[in-house]
Amino acid sequence: MKPPRFRYYAPHSLEEALAVLAEMADEAKPLAGGQSLIPMLNMRLARPSLLIDLNGLHELSGIELDNGALVVRAMTRHRAVERSPLVAEHTPLLAEAIRWVGHLPIRTRGTVGGSVAHADPAAELPGVLMALDGTVQLTSRRGQRLVPAEDFFIDLLTTAAEPDELVTEVRFPSLPSRTGTAWLEVARRHGDYALVGVGAVVSLAEDFTTVTEARLSFIGVGGRPVRARLAEAALRGQPVAAETWRAAAATVRGEIDPAGDIHASAEYRRYVAGVLAERALALAAERAREGARQ
Amino acid sequence: MPTRIFGEPIKRAEDPRLLTGRGRYTDDIDLPGQLHVAFLRSPLAHARIRSIDVSAAREMPGVVTVWTYADIGPCQRRMPLLIPHPDLTHPYTRYALAKDEVNHVGEPVAMVIAESRYLAEDAVEAIVVEWEELPPVVDIERAVQPGAPLVHEELGTNVAAHYVGIVGDPEGAFSRAAHVFRERLIIERSAGMPIETRAIVAVWNDVEGVLEVWDTTQAPIVIRNALAALFGLAPTQVRVIAPDVGGGFGCKIMVYPEEVLVPYAALTLRRPIKWTEDRLEHFVGTNHERLQIHDAEIAVDAEGRILGIRDRFLHDAGAYTPYGIIVPIITACQLPGPYKVPNYHVEFRAVYSNTVPVSPYRGAGRPHAAFVMERLLDRVADELGLDRAEVRRRNFIQPHEFPYDVGLIFQDGAPTRYDSGNYPGMLDLLLQQMDYDRLVREELPRLRAEGRFVGVGIACYVEGTGIGPYEGATVRVEPTGQVYVATGMPQQGQAHKTVLAQIVAEELQVPVGSVQVFEGDTAHFQFGSGTYASRSAVVCGSAVALAARKVREQGLQLAAEELEVAVEDLVVEDGRVYVRGAPERGFTWAQLAQLANPLRYAYAGDLVVRPRPWTGPTLPPGKQPSLEATEYYSPPHATWASGAVGMLVEVDIETGQLHIRKLWVVHDCGKMINPMVVEGQVHGGIAQGIGGAFYEKLHYDDNGQLLNASFMDFLMPTAMEIPRMEIAHQETPSPLNPLGVKGVGEAGAIPMPAVVAAAVEDALRPFGVRITRMPLDPDQLWRMTHPESS
Amino acid sequence: MTAVGTERRVIRVVVNGVPYEREVEARLLLSDFLRHELGLTGTHVGCEHGVCGACTVLFDGEPVRSCLFLAVQADGHAIETVEGLAPSESELHPLQLAFWEKHGLQCGYCTPGMLMVLKAFLAEHPNPTEEEIREAISGNLCRCTGYQNIVEAALSAAQLMRQS
Repeated sequence: MKPPRFRYYAPHSLEEALAVLAEMADEAKPLAGGQSLIPMLNMRLARPSLLIDLNGLHELSGIELDNGALVVRAMTRHRAVERSPLVAEHTPLLAEAIRWVGHLPIRTRGTVGGSVAHADPAAELPGVLMALDGTVQLTSRRGQRLVPAEDFFIDLLTTAAEPDELVTEVRFPSLPSRTGTAWLEVARRHGDYALVGVGAVVSLAEDFTTVTEARLSFIGVGGRPVRARLAEAALRGQPVAAETWRAAAATVRGEIDPAGDIHASAEYRRYVAGVLAERALALAAERAREGARQ
Repeated sequence: MPTRIFGEPIKRAEDPRLLTGRGRYTDDIDLPGQLHVAFLRSPLAHARIRSIDVSAAREMPGVVTVWTYADIGPCQRRMPLLIPHPDLTHPYTRYALAKDEVNHVGEPVAMVIAESRYLAEDAVEAIVVEWEELPPVVDIERAVQPGAPLVHEELGTNVAAHYVGIVGDPEGAFSRAAHVFRERLIIERSAGMPIETRAIVAVWNDVEGVLEVWDTTQAPIVIRNALAALFGLAPTQVRVIAPDVGGGFGCKIMVYPEEVLVPYAALTLRRPIKWTEDRLEHFVGTNHERLQIHDAEIAVDAEGRILGIRDRFLHDAGAYTPYGIIVPIITACQLPGPYKVPNYHVEFRAVYSNTVPVSPYRGAGRPHAAFVMERLLDRVADELGLDRAEVRRRNFIQPHEFPYDVGLIFQDGAPTRYDSGNYPGMLDLLLQQMDYDRLVREELPRLRAEGRFVGVGIACYVEGTGIGPYEGATVRVEPTGQVYVATGMPQQGQAHKTVLAQIVAEELQVPVGSVQVFEGDTAHFQFGSGTYASRSAVVCGSAVALAARKVREQGLQLAAEELEVAVEDLVVEDGRVYVRGAPERGFTWAQLAQLANPLRYAYAGDLVVRPRPWTGPTLPPGKQPSLEATEYYSPPHATWASGAVGMLVEVDIETGQLHIRKLWVVHDCGKMINPMVVEGQVHGGIAQGIGGAFYEKLHYDDNGQLLNASFMDFLMPTAMEIPRMEIAHQETPSPLNPLGVKGVGEAGAIPMPAVVAAAVEDALRPFGVRITRMPLDPDQLWRMTHPESS
Repeated sequence: MTAVGTERRVIRVVVNGVPYEREVEARLLLSDFLRHELGLTGTHVGCEHGVCGACTVLFDGEPVRSCLFLAVQADGHAIETVEGLAPSESELHPLQLAFWEKHGLQCGYCTPGMLMVLKAFLAEHPNPTEEEIREAISGNLCRCTGYQNIVEAALSAAQLMRQS
């Protein structure tokens, strides 16, 4: 389990990185935290002839607010997100979900941009991004574009990024007031990729008895993170009540189409997606109320 | 008063090195000029090799040579059958490198030797093999059907062994039983999976004329003997050292192909050679265990007393049987457990499949046995409306009934004869620890009223430990005061250096720190078999005790002569031998060692050498110039440890997740040498047992591909999955050995599938499910509780 | 554009306070570099795909998998391994003392990774609960101890470190 031969390039600036990527996109692979790429190299499942190491690009690191949105630059480590008071305050769903990513030494090294670009359908960050209707900033020599999460994640390990484009930041828009979020997942062991995970976002009307908007974003139930649009639509205007969440669970089960593997069957995932949706919606609604009280 | 050292929770002598990064594991050894090995392994489960082209690989940068079967000289003979058995009528072992056929994914096919492991792996990719695919045999139930494809065509069958064991009159027992219950019970394939993979470093030491081999083996003497025989060397020309070994759990005892090929390369190329297995190789290149399918039935009277048991099972042997049929034999013999089974019919077929070979993994057939027996008893209890603890109590072998003969021949060829035990006491202690009555009458109903799916399980087991043939030890008091101890048993974390030192320190009444234990190095000790079957403390510990006692006698004798007193007037205390009541009249052990050695030249020692009058030879016939003894201990048969576990679980039926809320353990391994080490062994066994009950399963597909050959997908529990364990000890000494000890190495692993099954079944009573397969997983639990959805 | 990047590189790293300069292959894993180039074999390798945690070292003070890390990436940085944990030849770190006292190791293979991840964790969480410790070490597999005594040792070490 030793990596195959490759050339290694550590650019000093994003511009340098993009220049090389533009020239050699076919044979080059950007190296972010390496927590997914290096295992693939060690198993010789990935064979880039050139690695472009982004770890020296400090300009790609940092968390800030921009026009109310939380901006996390691509090379920001998971641990930095986990420790950030800004994230906890502004995007609690991200703060909650990030703790489910691997383990401490993985989060030390793993990056937000790397996780999003890798697009594992059972990974937490893509699910959070989908739940919050976030956007991915892609940068190449040709320019920069913002791609909504919905359009960015295409399929298993496949995104809308062109070979010469780098994920340079992700944006999590702010949520309306009286909104609560919750992240729940079921994994075989602590820190494993989720069998099923869900991010729920629930906004309540002024009297806190009615749902004005709800979102459900699932991981582990398809080739990409999946929004339960039918359930979301059905939740709008419904009362804050256990029956509402239960009905949403049923809708979720009808609209998702998970696959099975050695760890859990498709039927299990479908059912548990409903269970987690029900629980996450209730929790998010509760938090929406609590948040308003504070 | 003598100082008590035996039985004390003394901190381990091993630890300071291991804690500071100064351990020496095999892969830590880098020798000048060392070459590295990587293997091409079969990607197919069953295929013929039409051709192998290594020419491109030989031309790759840094490659010294590439070998196939044709190139391996004396290693061309088949690998040994280590443990034959009369019922193993169709044994089959492999070639070190596949000759013309491969029988499992991972079988070594070609060997690259290069300047680095990186370069060796590069060259492996350049080897071209032309395969002719053969039908893979994976499902052992299909494998025994007429007309099934054969793993080994020339055997004409997939059945390696057919064993039948009969005690009493099973047919009669079943015909007169008040009740008969049947279960089909399955334990899936798993593996020991030590965190350190296997590794070998070999070098021909031209100065000494010795082949030196460092090997992660649990049995260095076995490897030494095999290499000497294979290469036509005197045994003393081969030195095998098992240095620090990072866990074994059974899978590191074998003679694996790499263990002969790497030394052969060192002999041939006259360069140091290293091979370190990587984790992917380990999954397909190191032996597995566990898969058995049992059709079991129990006959009981109206009160739930066992009249008889019939069990027929299939045992998955994998592709080869190098370790014989030890695992299913143990299952067969230990199935009755701590209970009286007067009539017993057990029968198994060990079946070949195109999968990694099976040899013992911690528990070695016992978790299967306990699972079957305990499941049957739970069934009896439930069907008869009895408390599950009560059914056990009614069937226990009683303390006055020892020695107790099960009636079958055990794995070591000796009778399955329990030497001692107190099973009712053990269960009582467990129930007391659990506060069982309150738990069942108050806490469970309260939790269930809250809508929780909680359940309690208990399971009891015995373990035949400390089998022969024998082990030996040398104990010597050095004139500098240290005590040298050498044995043939290596350790993989079991604290031999500490517990063996405690035995010696107790006998000689010296500080435990002055005793230095050398193990796992054939240059220190030449006879013995190795570390397996929970036998180190029993067999090696007893040999050490016998040798230490002999040295104690030598010291007493010598002191008596020097002091001109009777031996009976001497005491051994505080590191000295002296006259009772006159402590100033005596010697330290160092002084006695100096006295024993009539050197011409005085040397560093604290004893003033007195000139002695001539009385004849300075060292008379029959005397030795040292306080030193080598003793062997060979047990008459196994000594039987036992234990009982209790568990409180909660199932989230909506997600199938299992939460172990409480875990209680009582175990009885006779006299404990070091309770801290004993508890550590129990903890570790339990954790592996929990792995085998809810997490760990090796998934083969129909083509014989292992689907989860990585730590991402083979799910060993982390600290988050293993609960806190509450352990209580019962000490029922063994009458068989000089220390009264029994083994504990495998104890924890044995009852866990049984107890998890019992507790989960109890938690899911509203659904009327029966747990008959291990391991469980969330998907299965969810299906059991949602029959309509799945 | 001519070939970008190189297959070999000269790197300068500080390991346990000692500076090293070596020319290495770009593909050389940090775990192999530490073990076989520098001879610091206290860092162990158990899976080479980032799950078992035996190879955990501190990179600029933070725990990382050295098997998921290229040696060239360590250029200009500081690494700490188990060999650097004890304050001196004759003293042990509180974590080492506690592991010894509480029987927190058996075969010792996972131990260096456990120690290194706990060192970083306790620096940030000096007064952890048992549950927090279990989570902190959940990325480190141990096959011998069942974790109970490792957890005990970590709790005990935290206490020792708070007292000193």
